[in-house]
Amino acid sequence: MTNTWQDIRNANVVLVMGGNAAEAHPCGFKWVIEAKIENGAKLVVVDPRFTRTASVADYYAPIRPGTDIAFLSGVMRYLLEKDAIQHEYVRAYTNAGLIVKEGFDFQDGLFSGYNSETHSYDKSSWDYELDEQGFAKSDDSWQDPRCVINLLKRHVARYTPEMVSRITGTPQDKFLHICELFASTAAPDKAMTSLFALGWTQHTVGAQNIRAMAMIQLLLGNIGVAGGGMNALRGHSNIQGLTDVGLLSNQMPGYLTLPNDKETSFDEYMSTKLFKPLRPGQTSYWQNYRKFVVSLQKSLYGDAATQENNWAYDWLPKLDVPLYDIIRAFEMMNAGQMNGYICQGFNPLQAFPDRGKIRRGLSKLKFLVTMDPLDTETSRFWQDFGPQNPAKPAEIQTEVFQLPTTCFAEENGSLVNSARWLQWHWKAAEAPGEAMSDIWIMSGIFHRLRELYRKEGGAFPDPILNVSWKYTDPVAPDPEELAKDMNGRALVDITDPATGVTTKAGTLLDAFAQLRDDGTTAAGCWIFTGSFTEKGNQMARRDATDPREQGIAPNWAWAWPANRRILYNRASANLEGKAWNPKKPVIEWNGTRWVGIDVPDYGPTVKPSDGVGPFIMNAEGMGRLFARNLMAEGPFPEHYEPMESPVENVLHPKVNANPVARVFADDRSAFGNAKDFPYVATTYRLTEHFHFWTKHALINAILQPEEFVEIGEVLAKEKGIEQGGWVKVSSKRGEVVCKAYVTKRIKPLIVDGKPAHVIGVPLHWGFTGQARKGYGANTLTPSVGDANTQTPEFKAFLVNVEKTSAPVAA
Amino acid sequence: MSDLQSQDYVRRSASTMTPPVARSHEDQVAKLIDVSRCIGCKACQSACMEWNDLRPEIGHFEGSYENPMDLGPSVWTLMKFAEYENEQGNLEWLIRKDGCMHCEDPGCLKACPAPGAIVQYANGIVDFISDKCIGCGYCVKGCPFDVPRISKKDHKSYKCTLCSDRVSVGLEPACVKACPTGAIMFGSKSDMTHWAGERIEDLKSRGFENAGLYDPKEVGGTHVMYVLHHADKPSLYSGLPDKPRISPVVEAWKGIIKPLAVAGIAFAAIAGFFHWITVGPNEITEEDEEEAARALRGEREPDPEEKS
Repeated sequence: MTNTWQDIRNANVVLVMGGNAAEAHPCGFKWVIEAKIENGAKLVVVDPRFTRTASVADYYAPIRPGTDIAFLSGVMRYLLEKDAIQHEYVRAYTNAGLIVKEGFDFQDGLFSGYNSETHSYDKSSWDYELDEQGFAKSDDSWQDPRCVINLLKRHVARYTPEMVSRITGTPQDKFLHICELFASTAAPDKAMTSLFALGWTQHTVGAQNIRAMAMIQLLLGNIGVAGGGMNALRGHSNIQGLTDVGLLSNQMPGYLTLPNDKETSFDEYMSTKLFKPLRPGQTSYWQNYRKFVVSLQKSLYGDAATQENNWAYDWLPKLDVPLYDIIRAFEMMNAGQMNGYICQGFNPLQAFPDRGKIRRGLSKLKFLVTMDPLDTETSRFWQDFGPQNPAKPAEIQTEVFQLPTTCFAEENGSLVNSARWLQWHWKAAEAPGEAMSDIWIMSGIFHRLRELYRKEGGAFPDPILNVSWKYTDPVAPDPEELAKDMNGRALVDITDPATGVTTKAGTLLDAFAQLRDDGTTAAGCWIFTGSFTEKGNQMARRDATDPREQGIAPNWAWAWPANRRILYNRASANLEGKAWNPKKPVIEWNGTRWVGIDVPDYGPTVKPSDGVGPFIMNAEGMGRLFARNLMAEGPFPEHYEPMESPVENVLHPKVNANPVARVFADDRSAFGNAKDFPYVATTYRLTEHFHFWTKHALINAILQPEEFVEIGEVLAKEKGIEQGGWVKVSSKRGEVVCKAYVTKRIKPLIVDGKPAHVIGVPLHWGFTGQARKGYGANTLTPSVGDANTQTPEFKAFLVNVEKTSAPVAA
Repeated sequence: MSDLQSQDYVRRSASTMTPPVARSHEDQVAKLIDVSRCIGCKACQSACMEWNDLRPEIGHFEGSYENPMDLGPSVWTLMKFAEYENEQGNLEWLIRKDGCMHCEDPGCLKACPAPGAIVQYANGIVDFISDKCIGCGYCVKGCPFDVPRISKKDHKSYKCTLCSDRVSVGLEPACVKACPTGAIMFGSKSDMTHWAGERIEDLKSRGFENAGLYDPKEVGGTHVMYVLHHADKPSLYSGLPDKPRISPVVEAWKGIIKPLAVAGIAFAAIAGFFHWITVGPNEITEEDEEEAARALRGEREPDPEEKS
């Protein structure tokens, strides 16, 4: 989230699209209700199904799964055509006026630079026209046809209300009504918040879905302000923490990039990360990148990371592919290229796409280690559970090590919530049975590996042998010690040249601004610096005082970065430094510094007249309507059909789906077509359950006991399916036999003149736990991901549905 | 529940009593369920099971988000979901938390022949005192909202207690505490009525012209009230009675039995006498016995509206 849960109450319009906040985040959803009751907010829901969120919405519109970019591009066209944008904001705070290079182009569904053999782009034309000093050229009058705003207008011109409706199935009148509601927040003192989740990420165009909305928010001046922002509602209590500490195969802690194998030296690695300002006088905060990397290396390797060995750069893994995501991992497993798998707090057999392929992959492993508090399906993949898991144990040689772990309530530690708050939690109960903490288990594995490397040498022992491991209890380091590592400390006495204040060696640091690139500081995750200081564990703070009753309680827990609650909050004030919305100021310029209820996302004494942009992480200091080379598909979002789609792309039939999506050959052969699988399916979660955990809990199992799919009344009638009757839902990859919920909440959409039926597939049931056995929604889903992140396309694929009888074993 | 609070009784089934006078300023309480901010998450159901140690069977999916499928001896509150297409052709998903309404004029208490098995406290809560319950099922017949359910295991009647054990020590009912959106509120009946007024105003401003408070006068008002977007049509909400009525049979019986009981004549004799002089020998008794037997078998009562 750019903003916070509590801040939702400040919104005038709440958009829930690409998510189902009431269903999936019922506790946080209280702030939407607050916005409605206390701020008169209008709640708008756009979703293929009439959801629990829609049940309390002021306005609902249906949409075909996988067509959000068409909808949102249509909104942009509307806002630009009606001139319903916040002019001052767009002019000063976005790159609307920057001029794009000659050579950048978009034709028939492809941007300039496409290579049809590699399915990738040469992105060199996706950038600004630079002047002699290397600054982006600008036309503040927006007359230049190549300035961003004009290119954007041209790009979205195709998305007329007619076209939007033709692609998305959303009735035109509903689409236009929603455009009007959005447009009402272009007023400087009005804000819209965008709440989204996996409904936007789990598409082959997931990242571009979110970008499209972020662009709308920039056009409306809704980023950085109270009640605004782009608010990703994270699906798991610590999935935010997972990304923060870099548990993705291509990242290191604090969103630093893992080197690739072309970056053979530290200097080469750093050469692409210099982030020279693209406009005069801009902050371009990533210029500090080197400080963060060196401090990370000092944290990992201590004294062994030196200037001479380039801060142990050679000991970092180097990627030979863009990333080793889950889809690639199981592809490799199936190809016999990955023989062992450690599965920590993850249940791939339920959670990853194309369940059959997951089961086949696990069956080829030499060993599988599962670490989980629960008896997961993954750890039992080899066992025959009937049609829900038709495994043949005699044919499976995989050795499975099932390591029971503690649950969050059985250990001290921190969780990072959607609002980027690090909240400390305390052990409430002893773990049952043989369960041990993940820290104990991982430490044990580390020690044994290190011992083997010590004894046997091995191909490359240095990265393991040199790890710094100075904990009071090396067998199970204390969570507080680990948290202090993340925060970072001074390694020698360091003096701040600006203030003359000296930080003693060994002292915990207060802020990442203290980090250095000369090896005198260590920090395991630079964005967490300040979370555990000499003043104590800031994550454990529990003061709910909210000075302006505006949803910012600065002494409750600790938010990264720098305890900042609203990102880009400089943009909440106008060019003179006064709040756009005087009733809900976040920070304002008082003549000498920025003051307010939040920590400024800006130099605290940088004068408004200095012309420093509010988006200090970007080299041009501006919010980007044009993304330069940062996205795989192009600098503007474009509508591409899901990999499996009932219709062809009416905008450019030759470029039907995402042209840069990575698809493995066996996965492509497992895609179905609309002739055999005529209905659009989408998967989702229900309030009664939390992923695949709570089916193990009796009360949750009582509240939603059995697998089902949701089918609209029209299709059900056509197919003779009765309420609560048995159906077989099949895709090219597998089939699910379960009950049908025939509902008015899903209606056929008219897409390109023909009815499109949507089938809803909730995903909670498996074959372990207390609830009734189920096949699992991922039996049906395709193994393909977003072109930037490889997040699987769980939200739009094709199935067939037929009436059937109860399975014999049920 | 067990009998914890006899000092607070204002009414007691099949008994004549003068309410204790020492406690004189207890507020009438009410739970206000604002269906317009309810998201149907079932946190209330879950909290009810947790607090009251109730665990019904793991059921099946039967074509609805409702689970379990009905109120029961171990299901004291239940989210009910109704898909409704309004006059404009737009869908509304009307979600209502069902359970005991805690009537000011409780039909169950009136119908109950077992002395002290059903009581009403000064704060308005209607409670079942299990050790006095004879499992006859008359309360099932007496309830205009079809709420009490007889257990097949111990032949006693069960329903929501409005967490009388929590309320008596100054806590809100478990469902209220658990509700994430504040759709379930608890407080004095006057405060809740006032707050409902504000909510209704907001709903009217959002186009729900018929928004209103459900506090049906037919049962003297209730201590569980709803804010409804369509207060003109309560039955849209999974059959919430438009005009709840206590069965006239129960009313007639109760109206005469009470003065006779005051005369101190044994219950059985009165009942027999009453039946004999008013209705004729055994007629109603038979019917009631059947009802009780049916209820004991766990079958549903016919809608009181249909019977009357």
